[in-house]
Amino acid sequence: MAKVESSILPGGIISRPGSTSDYKTGTWRVKKPVVDLDRCTGCLLCWIYCPEPAIQKRNDGKIEFDYDYCKGCGICSVECPSKAIKMVEE
Amino acid sequence: MLVGEVKSIKELYGLDLIAPGHRACAGCGALVGVRQILMASKRPLIVVNATSCLEVTSTPYPQTMWKVPWVHLLFENAATAASGIEAALKVLSRKYGRQEHYIIAFGGDGGTFDIGIQALSGALERGHRFLYVCYDNEAYMNTGIQRSGATPLGAATTTSPVGTKIVGKTQQKKDLLEIVVAHRIPYAATASPSHWKDLVNKVRKAQSYDGPSFIHLIAPCTRGWYFDTSEAIKVARLAVETRYWPLYEVENGRYRITHPVPNPKPLEEFLKVQRRLSHLLLPENAEVLERLKAYVNERWERLQRLSACFA
Repeated sequence: MAKVESSILPGGIISRPGSTSDYKTGTWRVKKPVVDLDRCTGCLLCWIYCPEPAIQKRNDGKIEFDYDYCKGCGICSVECPSKAIKMVEE
Repeated sequence: MLVGEVKSIKELYGLDLIAPGHRACAGCGALVGVRQILMASKRPLIVVNATSCLEVTSTPYPQTMWKVPWVHLLFENAATAASGIEAALKVLSRKYGRQEHYIIAFGGDGGTFDIGIQALSGALERGHRFLYVCYDNEAYMNTGIQRSGATPLGAATTTSPVGTKIVGKTQQKKDLLEIVVAHRIPYAATASPSHWKDLVNKVRKAQSYDGPSFIHLIAPCTRGWYFDTSEAIKVARLAVETRYWPLYEVENGRYRITHPVPNPKPLEEFLKVQRRLSHLLLPENAEVLERLKAYVNERWERLQRLSACFA
């Protein structure tokens, strides 16, 4: 009991910035986005419209998904101007 | 950190200040906007957050998605706390040498339009240097979709349902930005996450002033507006293209429409994609639809006349 109390900082302070990344929201997903790299132009519009963020730029400038965190909302597939992202059943 | 106007999306890459793993619903429009604002913001940055969806989903104790100093307050006093932080930092920099800090206060529409408006008004009047962002999902989404002062006419919420007596909310939306502009602050603007370039440059501009600034952000809510999780940005864009959500700024009293919509889409296109408003398209609700259309048109025409004055 004492151990738990001592781990709670006064004032409800959370001392680790960005610590929600401990929690993998990828399990919420029903459909997952899959990118067709031949069509991806690396415009990054999917990235700027991702609420998580769960999209990263690869070394070649194209994008990849972080399935640990992607909740499968599908905004990227709607917004992709070259229709390179498809939502598929898990 | 960015300097000057943002011209390309690539300039923003790598500037994220939030971590994934937060508990916002899949397809949350507010998080898209907040992410873009934080990327564009000058640094060092301190964030003040009123109680809202954003606060609840971003900090499931003992975790936080924020990578900047962040403080949560009650519904009504985000602007008050931001004022206090600004005043304290002013004293510290006077004592120990100057360090420029930037403060952004986030509030939802309930926390800004209804509960926090008195604190906001006070902070704007006192002239503290901070940016207040109202992310507007047009109802109390966090507590279960109750109507707020920001809910548009005819929208169905749990406290203004559609039935035989009333057709959704019976009052028009409050024009909050005009209340803010009446404080004669240096910078106030509306923005939409769908028009990211417009949004990020408004943040840059707002933070360049030595005084209070305000951004009113539309935040489509998949749960409360009843559309598919993939459509938040599409809905935000439709709001702009139908003139429902005019993108404009008021810089030192000078109005300017930042995204002119010469050929607007019919308002019905914005309404029909959301179940909270699609009932307005039924023939028996034509009168409510006309009132909503008149409100949208009047607002746009007024803005056009005002921006023509300063052109």
